[in-house]
Amino acid sequence: MSFRARHLLGIEHLSPQEITTVLDLADRYVDLNRRTVKQSDVLSGMTQINMFFENSTRTQASFELAGKRLGADVMNMSVAQSSVKKGETLIDTAMTLNAMQPDLLVVRHGASGAVNLLASKVNCAVLNAGDGRHEHPTQALLDALTIRRAKGRIQRLTVAICGDIAHSRVARSNLILLGKMENRIRLIAPPTLMPAGVGEFGCELFDDMRAGLEGADVVMMLRLQKERMDGGFIPSEREYYHRYGLDAEKLAVAKPDAIVMHPGPMNRGVEIDGELADDINRSVIQEQVEMGVAVRMACMDLLARNLRAERGRKAVGVMV
Amino acid sequence: MTLHFTNARLINPETGSDAPGTLTVLGGRIQAVNGPRPGGAMEVDCAGQCLAPGIVDWGVKIGEPGERHKESFRSAGLAAAAGGVTTLIARPDTNPPIDTPEMLEFVTRRAAEASPVRIRHMAALTKGRDGHEMTEISFLLDAGAIAFTDGMKVITDTKALSRAFVYAKSLGALVVCHPQEPGLSIGAAATSGKFASLRGLPGVSALAERIGLDRDLGLVEMTGARYHADQITTARSLPALERAKKNGLDVTAGISIHHLTLNELDVGDYRTFFKVTPPLRSEDDRLAMVEAVAEGVIDVISSFHTPADEESKRLPFEEAASGAVGLQTLLPAALRLYHAGQLDLPSLFRALALNPAKRLGLPQGRLAEGAPADLILFNPDTPFVLDRFALLSKSKNTPFDGARMEGKVMATWVGGTQVFAAK
Repeated sequence: MSFRARHLLGIEHLSPQEITTVLDLADRYVDLNRRTVKQSDVLSGMTQINMFFENSTRTQASFELAGKRLGADVMNMSVAQSSVKKGETLIDTAMTLNAMQPDLLVVRHGASGAVNLLASKVNCAVLNAGDGRHEHPTQALLDALTIRRAKGRIQRLTVAICGDIAHSRVARSNLILLGKMENRIRLIAPPTLMPAGVGEFGCELFDDMRAGLEGADVVMMLRLQKERMDGGFIPSEREYYHRYGLDAEKLAVAKPDAIVMHPGPMNRGVEIDGELADDINRSVIQEQVEMGVAVRMACMDLLARNLRAERGRKAVGVMV
Repeated sequence: MTLHFTNARLINPETGSDAPGTLTVLGGRIQAVNGPRPGGAMEVDCAGQCLAPGIVDWGVKIGEPGERHKESFRSAGLAAAAGGVTTLIARPDTNPPIDTPEMLEFVTRRAAEASPVRIRHMAALTKGRDGHEMTEISFLLDAGAIAFTDGMKVITDTKALSRAFVYAKSLGALVVCHPQEPGLSIGAAATSGKFASLRGLPGVSALAERIGLDRDLGLVEMTGARYHADQITTARSLPALERAKKNGLDVTAGISIHHLTLNELDVGDYRTFFKVTPPLRSEDDRLAMVEAVAEGVIDVISSFHTPADEESKRLPFEEAASGAVGLQTLLPAALRLYHAGQLDLPSLFRALALNPAKRLGLPQGRLAEGAPADLILFNPDTPFVLDRFALLSKSKNTPFDGARMEGKVMATWVGGTQVFAAK
């Protein structure tokens, strides 16, 4: 087993071996989660704080459930409504929490790099639950696990990522992870939603969805944030749906066994056809949610092991 | 008192010479270069180190009035003296801005009381720096304004800007603008490209600078104004600048030392001390700018010293304040270009001292008879590791913290009076 990271801030810092370690362990947690009694004690006695500076229901619930199933004491701080409104800085909030001696800190923040900044100031393990448009590592890991279980491998696949790439941390983390695992990546987006210089990451860029989907093994749809409409990135929802909405007709050019993914929450009729999203033969969207809990359990388990080892080394140092 | 510098390596930006010699100072002015030693003169043995005209640093932000906790005239003056800067050209983007003759008289008096080096002030081009009504340019000139600028705030009202240009032109006033298309750069924290996309930072295309410059140059052609672009930082802007100069427009341009010695990748893991305006560029752009300075397309190198307190930098990158201090790191950073063989010392001091002085109508920046004795003695080869807490500025936001640098200022004279001596 190899997993050396102290924090999980992004996929960028993980090696392919570390990614495989997380996925292998998560596979075992999937089995645990399917039992009636889902209790484990690997985090028992440890404190997990979920700090969400951006509102989130699904990710926060997934992290909370993951922590509880591993036996941690889980606390949710809804920072979006509290001290930040009173003018407290991110670092002060972090220092305050740090003084309460948590072991795992799960953070989501609206600014890219905010979680990195916070991790440099606290002495517990930090998990990035999404920072700005930078990274969302657990989402990429759960997507990888979903793909691996559906396709039997996470290498040498053609993966099409489609939608608002420019503002998506999910796209960035997936791009990095799938690249590290040696897959062929295609990005499909209107040019206004394609980030600059992304072609240099070694992926193919398409503004024609049919051309991009041709022969794909995996089709990953991204959520179109409603607020992007006001920014003038696309002319209208209906034109976007016409050109970039996934429906059975466009999917027909992908491989016959191609799977359809979406990180949720979905805008049915904007980026994906509702019927297709519910098609159990093609869509693995529900499975992604299930894998999410398992992957987060695996990540927290691994980080907690490293944390214990580190503290153990320190304690021994004091005695000598 | 007469000073006679012997055994010096004289760096003369006017003649381009870098040669051993002597220099005599009398009554605050340079009396002779390579002249005989006058009787009763105090001898200063330079021990073969470089004697050069003091740096004229154009575009320094000082926190007075309004933000004295970040920088005062006293702390800026001390940092300047230690950094070899003998004339500070201060920006008017204070709080409130320097947009009336009364305010200008106040800061001029405060600066003269507190600072060991010369401080001259630019005044705002529009009232309140809000980009609409021009300031009292004539009164401000009488009160000693050396140039007119709204700082890094771009005036989007083209009509108002063209009127200000015409009016300034009739008075012979120099206008300094920040070339940038603000519609494109709004909210940007990095130069768009692979790095900004990887870090998830909102980016601005390097072309936004060219678009801004093209507009400004069009207005200069229309009005005949005397124009200086504060920072030209991308290769894409250079052809337009060269063309304007060739066509005889009264145009000059500057660049910050940070854009000459750092690139966008230095931001690394969201290091906010590397956040400057405009954002750091690609390595290709940096190299193109070094060449532009060597060829004289870019006239002026300055620090764009912008003090920021720790709180405003200890924030997520997008929210953090922009700007870096530079008074004490300007010379050692510029010497990186000398040590890399890209610029010789006279060329370096042409951009650091002579050109800004000439453009601003100051007698400084020269090693010539009759010029003010604003001099620095430095050893270009002394190595050191920069510790930001050893800087004399009140704010310590330097991107060079922990950097290995070469070049140490040994002593500084302003008008023949020594204002700094290295320990």
